[in-house]
Amino acid sequence: MRTDRVRPVLLVIALSVMAIPFVVPTVWMVAASVKPLAEIFEAPPSLWTDSPTLAAYREAFTFQPFARQYFNSVYIAVLVTLITLLVSSLAGYAFARIRFPGANALFLVVLTGMLVPSEVTIVPLFQLFKSVGLINTHWPLILVTALAGPCVLATFIMRQFFIALPVELEEAGRLDGLGRPAIWWRICLPLARPALSAVAILTFLASWNLYLEPTVYLTSPELFTLPQALTRFADSYGGPMWNTQLAAATMTVLPMLTVFVLAQRHFIEGLSHSGLK
Amino acid sequence: MNGTRAAERAAAKSTAGSAAPSGTGGPAGPAVPARPSFWTTRRRDFLTGYLFILPQLVGVLVFVVLPVGMAVWYSLNDWNVLSGKQTFVGGDNYAALADDPQLPRVLLATVLFSGGVVVVNIALGLLIAILLNRKFRGATLFRTLFFSPVVVSVVAWTLVWGFLLQDNGGINGMLATVGIDGPNWLQEGDTAMVSVVISQVVRSVGVNMVLFLAALQGVPRELYEAARMDGANSRTVFTRITLPMISPTVLLTVIVTVVGALQSFAQIAVLTGGGPGLSTTVLVYYVFQQAFEFNNIGYGSTLALMLLSFVMLLTMLQWQLRRKWVFYED
Repeated sequence: MRTDRVRPVLLVIALSVMAIPFVVPTVWMVAASVKPLAEIFEAPPSLWTDSPTLAAYREAFTFQPFARQYFNSVYIAVLVTLITLLVSSLAGYAFARIRFPGANALFLVVLTGMLVPSEVTIVPLFQLFKSVGLINTHWPLILVTALAGPCVLATFIMRQFFIALPVELEEAGRLDGLGRPAIWWRICLPLARPALSAVAILTFLASWNLYLEPTVYLTSPELFTLPQALTRFADSYGGPMWNTQLAAATMTVLPMLTVFVLAQRHFIEGLSHSGLK
Repeated sequence: MNGTRAAERAAAKSTAGSAAPSGTGGPAGPAVPARPSFWTTRRRDFLTGYLFILPQLVGVLVFVVLPVGMAVWYSLNDWNVLSGKQTFVGGDNYAALADDPQLPRVLLATVLFSGGVVVVNIALGLLIAILLNRKFRGATLFRTLFFSPVVVSVVAWTLVWGFLLQDNGGINGMLATVGIDGPNWLQEGDTAMVSVVISQVVRSVGVNMVLFLAALQGVPRELYEAARMDGANSRTVFTRITLPMISPTVLLTVIVTVVGALQSFAQIAVLTGGGPGLSTTVLVYYVFQQAFEFNNIGYGSTLALMLLSFVMLLTMLQWQLRRKWVFYED
């Protein structure tokens, strides 16, 4: 075709224009966080400042217990991810590979966990956790996320992955005298790294983004998680402290970024193995 | 595998009550010596199966099934948490749905928001995936750029958009440089809805893009070559080959995106707080308001069950539709 040489250039131009709303907000966030407050609303807007300052970053830590809130979010997300990896790989393996009476019916029961929006269960869960004295603790955020909602999706992904795994590997293990737990742990899990990476990313993301739950369960600022904390940077008149808020928001990107960099090599592979393809 | 199982079963039967399990029985475990083991491989598998799914099953029963049951009970009661009075009222809360003057507005906002998010998300995700599904320098870079908002947490992303969308914010600042006087995006009904839809789509379209890319790469090249030999134009190739081949992925992403949109809480809460008026008060946000701001647990639960029925209806509808338009290789 005659247009063959023009096309790549047009393609890159089109994609660059389309990428603007995807990239500019993040760049803007970082740029504004180091600007003096007066410069943030300058017109025309710019992504650069002549007098960068880290004052907003200091302010973020002194206005509320931000370091503590940061730690809360990180430890909860890590804990939830680890528990989900364990629970979902066990259940996913069993549903994919072990035949036991009622497996199909029980799988359907588990799948309902994927269908029910968390907003439907939040009021009863609040009452449940209240009755056992766990309101204003991190337990609801950990238990529900690690064992219900996101974990069900994880179990589904793990099951799809294990279904596709060649049976011969397991049979070889059995001939070597391995029991089920050993086959799961020593043969199947090491092979499931792509699926486990996808699950790790999705679960970490789900926990990291929780907003409704902490808003409902937590009242003490030192127990807050980051999404909740980010909305509390307001001055005494209730107006948002923009540069402090943006500095704090910038800092919250780092852990997610780390998880993605660590796991992304397997991420797409994991998703495509999981039957989502 | 089945062969092995059958052999084991036969072995278990023949040895029942008499001798020790034969060699074909697999690992009998050193702890059980000469006596016939109750723990045949089959029984052991049953037990292992249940033990393996136990944590997940308990999680779903305690944190999903039980709460849904409780929500049904709450919906049959009039219960204001502040006054602490809980009285059984039967279907009153359901009757109240019909009398709620706000509900039609809320449902309209829910349809506009979810519909808008799904249409824009799928169309944009597919478009980007198709553009990136060619070999050119920078394809990987663009994929990363389009995916990057996923890395920014929902609330952080929404805060930034709130900042950009203010009357004197960055977007109007940019529009001003080309002489356009932008609207006060978040304070006018129409533009507020457009704003939440756009900010939501831009944040999440990267996930669908990745899924579409994976699906596109799974379409056999021979099909394209055959079509080209037959002289099909690119539009025909897209509607007759590409779309049918990736339709399972499209179905899945539509389901996931609708259900996700119906559950968008943080975006609405942070960006517009449901306003102006009720223009962006979607059902999820209304549930939250009724239950936790107005302390109407009974009515809030009724609304929550309505949300659940929407999600289930949509999922079932799409499940039925899949037979009509989803192409499977087998």
